[in-house]
Amino acid sequence: MRVAVASGKGGTGKTTVAAALVHAIGSGSGRGGTEGTPLMLDCDVEAPDAHIYLQPVLDESRAVSIPIPSVDEVRCDLCGRCAEVCRFGALAVLASGIKTFPALCHGCGSCARVCPRGAITEVRRKIGVIETGAAPPGVRFARGMLDVGEPMAVPVIRELLREIDGIGADAPVVLDAPPGTSCPAMAVLRGADYALLVAEPTPFGLHDLRLMTEAVREMGLPAGVVLNREGIGDGEVERFCRQTGLKVLLRIPYQREIAEGLARGILLTAVVPGLEAAFLGLWQRIQQEQMADVH
Amino acid sequence: MSIEEYVFLSGKGGSGKTTVCAAWADLNRPIGSGAGTVMVDADVDAANLAIVGEVRKTEEHPFTGSALPVLIGEACSGCGLCEEVCRFDAVRMREDGQGRGPIPDIDPFLCEGCGACMEACPCGALEMEPQRVGTWFRSESRFGPLFGAELLPGAENSGKLVARIRQEARRWARDGGYRLLLTDGPPGIGCPVISALSGAAGIIAVAEAGETGRSDLRRLLTLAHRFELPVQLIINKADIHPGAAAAIESMGRGEGVDLLGRIPYDPAVVHRMVEGVPVTSDAASPAAAALRSIHGRWSEGRSPLYRVATPS
Repeated sequence: MRVAVASGKGGTGKTTVAAALVHAIGSGSGRGGTEGTPLMLDCDVEAPDAHIYLQPVLDESRAVSIPIPSVDEVRCDLCGRCAEVCRFGALAVLASGIKTFPALCHGCGSCARVCPRGAITEVRRKIGVIETGAAPPGVRFARGMLDVGEPMAVPVIRELLREIDGIGADAPVVLDAPPGTSCPAMAVLRGADYALLVAEPTPFGLHDLRLMTEAVREMGLPAGVVLNREGIGDGEVERFCRQTGLKVLLRIPYQREIAEGLARGILLTAVVPGLEAAFLGLWQRIQQEQMADVH
Repeated sequence: MSIEEYVFLSGKGGSGKTTVCAAWADLNRPIGSGAGTVMVDADVDAANLAIVGEVRKTEEHPFTGSALPVLIGEACSGCGLCEEVCRFDAVRMREDGQGRGPIPDIDPFLCEGCGACMEACPCGALEMEPQRVGTWFRSESRFGPLFGAELLPGAENSGKLVARIRQEARRWARDGGYRLLLTDGPPGIGCPVISALSGAAGIIAVAEAGETGRSDLRRLLTLAHRFELPVQLIINKADIHPGAAAAIESMGRGEGVDLLGRIPYDPAVVHRMVEGVPVTSDAASPAAAALRSIHGRWSEGRSPLYRVATPS
């Protein structure tokens, strides 16, 4: 069961909630619960933070690379078919030869496929890294990191999501999504069975929750809401949830002490130990909601 | 006359970029006959700069992004080559529901618009159809022209859309004699951020005083260094974790980053947001006072045309 923790707006508490959730599952599992070893994927590959709360030991890493064209100048006759088919402007025909723009290349392979002279081979260009390991208590942990200066997060996210391959459908997987509603966040949601949307009760929070709700509805993904920092703004987010049939599954009040603890990198359920049971309850509730949606 | 653009970035979401950018727009009243500022809301996934208030849209334009493959006619033979060549898992063959054999089903959220499926199709059954992926607009606001956009959920090309609104904003600024562009940037350090900062005069980094804010700022500073852009730093919610604030200040100093100042955590920020006004309109707010003093320090380092007018 893969739960993506997402929100349109940045800074609402996705990583805070995702880390607390996976930790609670791991703790429950350790105490004889039936959940199985949970897997945490930090999919915010541009600015990953989950390691701060979960303190994993990362003992394996592998590069993420995109296949980019390499043109054999001897075979190339400058026909320009490669540049014609490329929809990203990653190849240009110059009098002196074909010029490639690796940062624009999406690695689709079209150029190599259409070259009538077989002059294009694909070589790997590193754009990021996947790191895996374990965090207490018995949480498997993996994250992706986009190399600074690289524009494309999605290929790193796609590679990271492969960590889910081969895991049973019932095994708990928590995906910490990046903020926003464009392709990186959507790539993460695509890997999920359920979207847990973290919202803050402010006008910015409401605006961005609307966009996110539209996105998950279009994807046909069941979703629920965690209302974080309750009390700082107004009741409009709650009203929106009621009107659209989005269930608020958990409420976390704003308290300065919580903010201070989180700022120090302390896991939410360590700052407020009473919340651990609430997060375990949240997990069970999500499973019920997701099953109800399937039927 | 050159136009200077400052981009508000943070790495981490929710650090206060939009709040600070809105304050800048409020405080940047030009002296004499100079035109004011043009604002750009480059967080096209989650555009919130309208917090500046009194926003009236004056033009709206559709934005066409990457194309999606569509099946045309009855030419599909069901061979499945399209599914084979797609590297993004965006093509799945499925039964067409009318007993004529399998046809490709395209996932618009995964499709990257590369056209490999169309190129590979031996029957010419696929065509690439450009998609409207969002809208960009020009608005008038309390503080002047505001360029923004909204990307449809799941759309690609946020970088292209950011580039477009910056281009339109610059054109407007040139035509109107504006000398300053303020761009409210997106979170992260990827394609939309890179698109927001190319050609900028400098970055105003808003860092949240905490471990996650610090971690993400480090990556942003590396990016700024790559692009050889000067960075000025503001530490927000600085009293929540003074230790992190000090560590961030020291990190900045090590990178040659100018610290403009610190802003305390202040519930007035959200209260004013709920009312639809920037926090700087609140005379009693500690965050507003900090912003005024920080902005003052920033203006001193710049051309006299933009020194802040003393509020009367």
